[in-house]
Amino acid sequence: MEAIQEHKGLVYPLDRSNVDTDQIIPKQFLKRIERTGFGEFLFYNWRFDDDGNPREDFTLNQQAYKNSSILLAGENFGCGSSREHAPWALTDFGFKVILAPSFADIFYNNALKNGIIPIKMEEEQLNEWMQEATDSQFVLHVDLLNQQISDEKGNVITFDIPEYHKEKLLNGWDDIALTLLQEDKILAYEASRN
Amino acid sequence: MGKPETVVDKIWKKHVVHQEEGKPDLLYIDQHLVHEVTSPQAFEGLRLTNRKVRRPDLTFATMDHNVPTKNRHVVKDEISKKQMETLKQNCADFGIKLADMFHPDQGIVHVIGPQLGLTQPGKTIVCGDSHTSTHGAFGALAFGIGTSEVEHVLATQTIWQERPKSLNVKVIGDLGPGVTAKDLILAIIAKFGVRFGTGYVMEYTGDAIRNLSMEGRMTICNMSIEAGARAGLISPDQKTIDYLEGREYVPKGDAFEKAAEEWLALATDEGATYDHTVTIHADEIEPQVTWGTNPGMCVPVGGNTPIVADSDHKEDVKRALEYMGLEENQPITSIEIDHVFIGSCTNSRLGDLEKAAAIVKGRKVKDHIKAIVVPGSFSVKLQAEEAGLDKVFTEAGFEWRESGCSMCLGMNDDIVPAGGRCASTSNRNFEGRQGNGARTHLVSPEMAAAAAIEGRFVDVRNFAGVLS
Repeated sequence: MEAIQEHKGLVYPLDRSNVDTDQIIPKQFLKRIERTGFGEFLFYNWRFDDDGNPREDFTLNQQAYKNSSILLAGENFGCGSSREHAPWALTDFGFKVILAPSFADIFYNNALKNGIIPIKMEEEQLNEWMQEATDSQFVLHVDLLNQQISDEKGNVITFDIPEYHKEKLLNGWDDIALTLLQEDKILAYEASRN
Repeated sequence: MGKPETVVDKIWKKHVVHQEEGKPDLLYIDQHLVHEVTSPQAFEGLRLTNRKVRRPDLTFATMDHNVPTKNRHVVKDEISKKQMETLKQNCADFGIKLADMFHPDQGIVHVIGPQLGLTQPGKTIVCGDSHTSTHGAFGALAFGIGTSEVEHVLATQTIWQERPKSLNVKVIGDLGPGVTAKDLILAIIAKFGVRFGTGYVMEYTGDAIRNLSMEGRMTICNMSIEAGARAGLISPDQKTIDYLEGREYVPKGDAFEKAAEEWLALATDEGATYDHTVTIHADEIEPQVTWGTNPGMCVPVGGNTPIVADSDHKEDVKRALEYMGLEENQPITSIEIDHVFIGSCTNSRLGDLEKAAAIVKGRKVKDHIKAIVVPGSFSVKLQAEEAGLDKVFTEAGFEWRESGCSMCLGMNDDIVPAGGRCASTSNRNFEGRQGNGARTHLVSPEMAAAAAIEGRFVDVRNFAGVLS
């Protein structure tokens, strides 16, 4: 996975809670055997009508948001199915950071494995930014190293992220290679059980 | 005697391979279940890095999500076909046992694990599927993982896990007649919400849980994820042992006796503590029907849809009612349906089918309704046919299908059309889950069967013959 130290980008406000992974990427797109190419199907049933035409009332289709890379969402983002196609679709579309009051556990892990920074933040500031991003084009700067997010008006907040997740994101490390550094312990564990 | 421990404490400490301050634990995985949808990219990853499957003997694969439930040999969708062929090739290349579409062990992955005895108390079990929590019914620590983690487990037989917090869901008293495990878990999610389990492993305790069949316990644990918990489990007891004895992958003879003793010892100790406990009174629970677009949007069948102005989440409620094509404050029993689906990893086992069959026996499905029964596995289908259940269903006007995930998520041809309304025994009523624009109401098998007969939701307890 690609390393990510910081990211500055346009914010897309998705003011909905309990956005499930069926909404992020509907089942008809889970049949592919590759990891790539899911972006065009992101939020498919919200973005497109029954004939496959873009719905203009879904704001992600509007020109102003087409290049957004930071997603702002409501509570419990990514609940439901464990499909990793959800972060694949988000990252393929161009999202690098997701800010929400809370995330579903499996999605949170899946996002991290794909170099997306999922950030839990308190609702008050999030709602303010949600409003700003709804009213006009709005940019945030996310600094993972210093665990800070700043807007262009000079508001700065800090965020928490477990150190081991941060380290992996900053370095773009391959989880399996890291685990295999412990292979002697896996062997010893297996031997102890036989 | 040491400090009293929960079943999770006991399983956890037996599986720690490596521990380091400030990091998650590296846990050993005893059983990895694999299906066609979430595995192809994982195998591809192994190939790209020239890695092998570390323990093919601890890995078992089946095809369930995409499989046709009628005309089994005709997979019309080329991409589905390719996904299943890919699994077959991957299993052959990496030496993994596969129950393919025509194999007698085929079925929904969470139905066949217990059925084959691959699921056992004390095991750590993972699968690239969120309903892996089902296996917790046996006192196993079982949770869903993403495809990157599938690849990780294939390569290392381990997974990095943060120690979850513990949540005791204590269900006291007993469920009334006509009220099922499905109603209980729906009522729990309705009461506490779809994220109250986030970050926790839920352990279900209390008399009502002890009195459930193993199938009922699977239904409960299955839907733990709908409350936000990755895993839900129940301490093993004699019922667990009796269910497992004689199953294909369970030890035999003296080895079984020894295993059974160890399994019973895994049960949570008297006096063990939890991070959080909630209590539910089983006798207050009524048959449930979801009205909205997540499983927490649920009321008793005698109730009404919510009033937007009275709700804490006005926007969500408004959106959900609109999607579902319902009025606010509408009686649940006034909701007419046009589809009925009895199946899914939540409710497709023999006991589920028997209970639904008892309702439909000698009755007819309302004319306009398309009703299907999809057994959870090939073996469930055979047993049901031996008991004559297929005849009961088909004579009533149901279609009797081959096993698979089917209309729970509509990855095959079993789809509810846009605007269609389905009484479904599955686990998710998300927008578009059963088909783009489809409207799903989650219910028990008994409630789904009664709705098929009446054409609308009815209280199954008032249904002639149910309580006698």
